[in-house]
Amino acid sequence: MRHLQSIGSSVLTEGFRKYLLASTVALAALTAAPVAAQEIRAVMHSGLRVLDPIITTAHITRNHGYMIYDTLLSVDENMKPQPQMADWKVSDDQLTYTFTLRDGLKFHDGKPVIAADVVASLNRWGKRDTAGQMLMNYTESLEAKDDKTVVLKLKEPFAYVIELIAKPSAVPAFIMPARVAQTPGTEAIKEHIGSGPFRFVESEYQPGVQVVYEKFEDYVPRKEPASWTAGGKVVKVDRVVWVNTPDAQTAINALNSGEIDYIEQPQIDLLPLLTASDDVTVDALNPLGYQTMARLNFLHPPFNNPKIRRAALYALEQKPVLGALIGNPEYYSVCGSMYGCGTPLATDAGAEPILTENNTDEAKKLLKEAGYDGTPIVIMQPTDVTSVSPQPVIGAQLLRDAGFKVDLQPMDWQTLVTRRASQSAPSQGGWNMFFTNWVIPEVWNPIVNPMLNSGGPKQAWFGWPDDPKLDEMRINFAKAKTDEERKKIAADIQKHAYETVNYIPLGEYVPPSAWSDKLSGVLKSPIPTFWNITKKE
Amino acid sequence: MFGYFLRRILAAIPVMAVVALFVFLLLRLTPGDPAAIIAGDMATPEQLERIRVTLGLHQPIHVQFITWVQRLLSGDFGVSLLSNKPVTTLISQRLEPTISLALLTIFLTIIISVPMGVLAAWRHGSWIDNMVMSASVLGFSIPVFVIGYILIQIFALNLGLLPVQGFTSISKGVVPFLERAILPALTLASIYIALIARMTRAAMLDVLGEDYVRTARAKGLDEKIVLFRHALRNAAVPILTVIGTGFALMISGVVVTESVFNIPGLGRLTVDAILARDYPVIQGLILFTSGIYVLINLLIDLSYAFLDPRIRY
Repeated sequence: MRHLQSIGSSVLTEGFRKYLLASTVALAALTAAPVAAQEIRAVMHSGLRVLDPIITTAHITRNHGYMIYDTLLSVDENMKPQPQMADWKVSDDQLTYTFTLRDGLKFHDGKPVIAADVVASLNRWGKRDTAGQMLMNYTESLEAKDDKTVVLKLKEPFAYVIELIAKPSAVPAFIMPARVAQTPGTEAIKEHIGSGPFRFVESEYQPGVQVVYEKFEDYVPRKEPASWTAGGKVVKVDRVVWVNTPDAQTAINALNSGEIDYIEQPQIDLLPLLTASDDVTVDALNPLGYQTMARLNFLHPPFNNPKIRRAALYALEQKPVLGALIGNPEYYSVCGSMYGCGTPLATDAGAEPILTENNTDEAKKLLKEAGYDGTPIVIMQPTDVTSVSPQPVIGAQLLRDAGFKVDLQPMDWQTLVTRRASQSAPSQGGWNMFFTNWVIPEVWNPIVNPMLNSGGPKQAWFGWPDDPKLDEMRINFAKAKTDEERKKIAADIQKHAYETVNYIPLGEYVPPSAWSDKLSGVLKSPIPTFWNITKKE
Repeated sequence: MFGYFLRRILAAIPVMAVVALFVFLLLRLTPGDPAAIIAGDMATPEQLERIRVTLGLHQPIHVQFITWVQRLLSGDFGVSLLSNKPVTTLISQRLEPTISLALLTIFLTIIISVPMGVLAAWRHGSWIDNMVMSASVLGFSIPVFVIGYILIQIFALNLGLLPVQGFTSISKGVVPFLERAILPALTLASIYIALIARMTRAAMLDVLGEDYVRTARAKGLDEKIVLFRHALRNAAVPILTVIGTGFALMISGVVVTESVFNIPGLGRLTVDAILARDYPVIQGLILFTSGIYVLINLLIDLSYAFLDPRIRY
């Protein structure tokens, strides 16, 4: 349209142009046109389909949660818990936690947030979230003392109460009105009312097309500057619209032409199209990034044999996998820590096999010692999700090089998520190996890291390691009193998990975001945030 | 004719019933579990099972089928397992972009391809004919998404004349609608222009060799009248058939074009629902598009009678 306008203006005569200008000024003075609403149009990493941030661990739903809900506590850029809706105090015996709600908290329906809402919300979260369940196992009571005060009493000291309530992913403890939070944890909520900085505009929501948020005028931000999910969430625009744009090229074209303002995760091989533009900023907003990993099935041959699992650990290598997945070394790094590198518990304990390059000979030796009989390894390869489709291909080749026989089976991601739940033998619809990715806060300590739950076929995450020793170590970690003690136990856990090959971390990557230079104040955070951003027209 | 119309409508009922049964069974035999999609990566088998129970997916297939059919007979297409929105709402939200895009595409196709085909037949063997034929081979051969990206690059990015993506309802004005719809319509039309130009040429070549055309010319009629009133009208039956089925195809989903231009149409709704195993949405969509197919085919058959007076129902 810019060109049409310029062509149009060039053909206007000077006199007519003056007349037009004079009439426009007069008309503007008479009518005082309303100021256009400031709107950020953003393309997120996927469409929002499930609106209940407690029932699902989907990141897009978590991001939606941070738009419309608030959390009792939150995490700042130093990875430290901070007060958000409430301050807290811990009793001397470390058994009683008292949370006091700050003034001015209101839900989007105008009702005040009271302690009963917090209790109901934490109870629902505690039934659904794996780490929340662990907290509830240690909890003797959780009650509203009065409208402003919530008291949580423990059965025995548990050092991670504050960290778990503040955790930013995958299921943060969002606070909802008690009537909504009373919905069973297995049933999706039907009302979407929070007390967060944005209001969900349900009438404009079209699944797979767009999600619309409006600034919640009654939101009272904290006074501290915003830092990750902590601090003051000051909204400086009127609306945020998430425009679902499945085609990566189209999203980039739309950002370059000014039709959208922000892309959460532009496809990395298309980044040169954005970096070439003077009007677009490309930068990594999520400083911790993602961990990519392989999981083996402990229930069936050949990976029910620890030595063969060790052979797979030696056979795999991080750099080729990351090279195929991300390509640009600026955005990936080799990392042996199961808790993510750059986190308080980061350690290389036991990681030598995955950090050393060219270990094929060691893998071959282990396979020979284990008497590997050539049982083919069924690797599930999702073909429709670009962030998980290259790993199985590279992994399969590295395993073949080491002497494994591999049956790489392509399928769509939804088939994979169904099939990985099957505990049958690989020849009867089961599997031996698959790959996936986690954001670092989902793995950054032994309590939240789902793979380290080693409760066997009934409790453990897919792959089902049965390792009572590891579970005992995790309990000791939860009970540890000092940071030094926690670090030591975390390192021991990782060393043990590498020995048993609980899972195989394959490195980290930090996908960059891209936004128009019309936006300023875009914050770094492991969760995409839209507060603090101003937009100039 | 009314009796014929009624018979055809009644005949559509068993067709739709077979489609319903087939789709239902096919979906249940496809691996995939909506509960796993809702629950996400960290769900335990126990949590998954509880969600399945809440969604009614734990019941035997025949029970699920009977429940679905009972609801269908009372006009209830069900609710999306993921978004909790009624299937009818989801379809109606996506209907306008798809239908308006299809209509604009068909309009562009007809005004471009029919004259092209007539011209090529009229100047059979000349450079015009060769050009029309070459253009139609190109239209067939270049993938739709390539044409889409080329048009975006030229008209949206280089010239800045049109937006890159999106859809604006015609209720907000014809110009805003056309600004966003013209490139996707041209992209989609490229294949249909190629197809219908060839069809028109072939049908016209047949007709132009007929005695009555020679007679018309011998009477000294204007060549335009010979071509468009005498020849084209008689060549119209096969052309109309292709246009009709093309329109039905466009309603049932033009996923690639919708994705390239980010148009929230039925095609994308279908693909999203299939990838998420959102059973009620897929079932509703397939029933809906089957109904559209039946209806459009019926309308095409009825229109034959207007074009060719020899056809009677």
